[in-house]
Amino acid sequence: MAPRTAVPTGGAPARAAGRPWRDAWASLVLAAGGIPIVFPFLWMLATALKTPQEIFEPHFWPHTPTLANVREVLLATQFPRWFGNSLGIALGTTASVAFFDSLVGYTLAKLRFPGREVIFGIILSTLMIPTEMLVIPWYVMSARLGWIDTYWGIMFPGLMSAFGVFLMRQFMAGVPDELLDAGRIDGVSEFGLFARIAVPLVRPALAALCIFTFLGNWNAFLWPLIVIQTPAMRTLPVGIALFSGEAGSSWHLIMAASSLAVLPVLAVFVLLQRHIIEGIVLTGLRT
Amino acid sequence: MAPARARPAALSLSARRALWAYTFLALPMAFYVAVRLAPAASALVISLHQWNILSPEKPWVGLANFRELRADPLFWKAAGNTLRYAAAGIPAQIGGGLGIALLLQRVRRLRDLLRALYFVPFVTPIVAASWVWQWMYSPQFGPLTRIFDALGLPAPAFLRTPGQALYAITAMVVWEFLGFQVVIFLAGLEAIPRVYYEAAAVDGAGGMGLFRHITVPLLNPTLVFSVVYGTIVYLQLFTQVLNMTFGDPGGPLGSTETVVLYVYQQGFQRFRMGQAAAATVVLFGAILAITLVQLRSLSRPVEY
Repeated sequence: MAPRTAVPTGGAPARAAGRPWRDAWASLVLAAGGIPIVFPFLWMLATALKTPQEIFEPHFWPHTPTLANVREVLLATQFPRWFGNSLGIALGTTASVAFFDSLVGYTLAKLRFPGREVIFGIILSTLMIPTEMLVIPWYVMSARLGWIDTYWGIMFPGLMSAFGVFLMRQFMAGVPDELLDAGRIDGVSEFGLFARIAVPLVRPALAALCIFTFLGNWNAFLWPLIVIQTPAMRTLPVGIALFSGEAGSSWHLIMAASSLAVLPVLAVFVLLQRHIIEGIVLTGLRT
Repeated sequence: MAPARARPAALSLSARRALWAYTFLALPMAFYVAVRLAPAASALVISLHQWNILSPEKPWVGLANFRELRADPLFWKAAGNTLRYAAAGIPAQIGGGLGIALLLQRVRRLRDLLRALYFVPFVTPIVAASWVWQWMYSPQFGPLTRIFDALGLPAPAFLRTPGQALYAITAMVVWEFLGFQVVIFLAGLEAIPRVYYEAAAVDGAGGMGLFRHITVPLLNPTLVFSVVYGTIVYLQLFTQVLNMTFGDPGGPLGSTETVVLYVYQQGFQRFRMGQAAAATVVLFGAILAITLVQLRSLSRPVEY
């Protein structure tokens, strides 16, 4: 959608003229607007650090911040296990999506064979099927195959993604044929052409796909909620939801658990900020 | 043109390459058929049967599940609410996102920092964020109630009252997606060739004129993308609703019920699989229609 042209872009020339007061004014408005955006995070942290009595008192920040709530969530619940479950599932799924989607994208973009368009059409058509329509048959299938309440059962629906195929096919199309042919002459195998020549050239798109696949699986809720039955198998979202539901009005514990779920993600975001935002631009707009 | 004597070799080479292609595609195709297409067909079949998941009996009932859906006031409530969420949330996040993106364009030094500030909710785990918002809306101890108290105003009941609960949840969803919209709009704005602004400015167009006659028309593909993306997000709304009204899913008097929540409750709490599957077929139809509209409007060329 966003054309890549050599034409200078980037909006109104007033910006180029440079008016410092405009810069300051806009920054001020945006910073003020950011307060309600950030407030829930501060409120969460403030509550997580309060004692059970203090959370019902009117002051915002705890007078004597305590880590007792965090300790209780970590020791008295299976939170560490849920965190590990989510991490393993999200990493495994992401690795699978990265491998298969780039392989399929490469094959559809770079190899000629009968039925290529039909296969691409079939994969693309699955994009229109909403997950909600599939969960009932997945459940029936998992029950029949003994996959209920197993890691494989949680993971199998996400092992490949049609969106990723669509994305990787677009970027693989940009890999020059001359490079692949040169590799063939040098005796590189067909798989080697993919793994050693094509993949390194599409690394930014692949990184973006990995980040969004990871985030999507880290957040996945509906299917894990259905397929998981025992507390030990819960992913972090399911664990937090059911733990919070049981904790009732123990908001100090719910907020401590939420903080433990949110803070690592924020730390990763700060580290990968540029890649994440550029990834959206790279992938989201190339529809 | 290959020399004639090389042809048999070239043929076998292309055949070998095709064989490699099928090898690479075998497992993925098995996946897309077994985990996407066959289950979708199976959902259609289930929607034509009466089934409680436990009993081996699965009588064919034709369109009875769809008729029951049509007669169920809760389904209509869920469908109406889903549209209400979309109607409230999409304009808010698109309008807000565009406004913030336009302001961010004027900022130079703190741009990355401010952009990140608005983007953070988008990467925040949704379930945890939903519980934080539920606590924010707490009628006795939530900060919002305290602000109203401090101003001497009667505090709204937010999630506890049918008139406000849906909008209280919408506010959280907008909070979550605003930063995504900002990034999308910034990219769209960056792609507009500057020469148009310069030409229009030479012709005497002012700030508002530039916005109306250059920015908005040239941003059209971005706007279409945002509306379609937003519609699909709101049609599938579930996680936020279930977690923010956990004790009473669907909210007071079903006022926050969504189509997907309805599917979950019918299928996995009341074990009425046929009716749940029928609701997903309706949802599929809606998403399919929107996707087709998107394909049509996006394949129209944009004139720069």
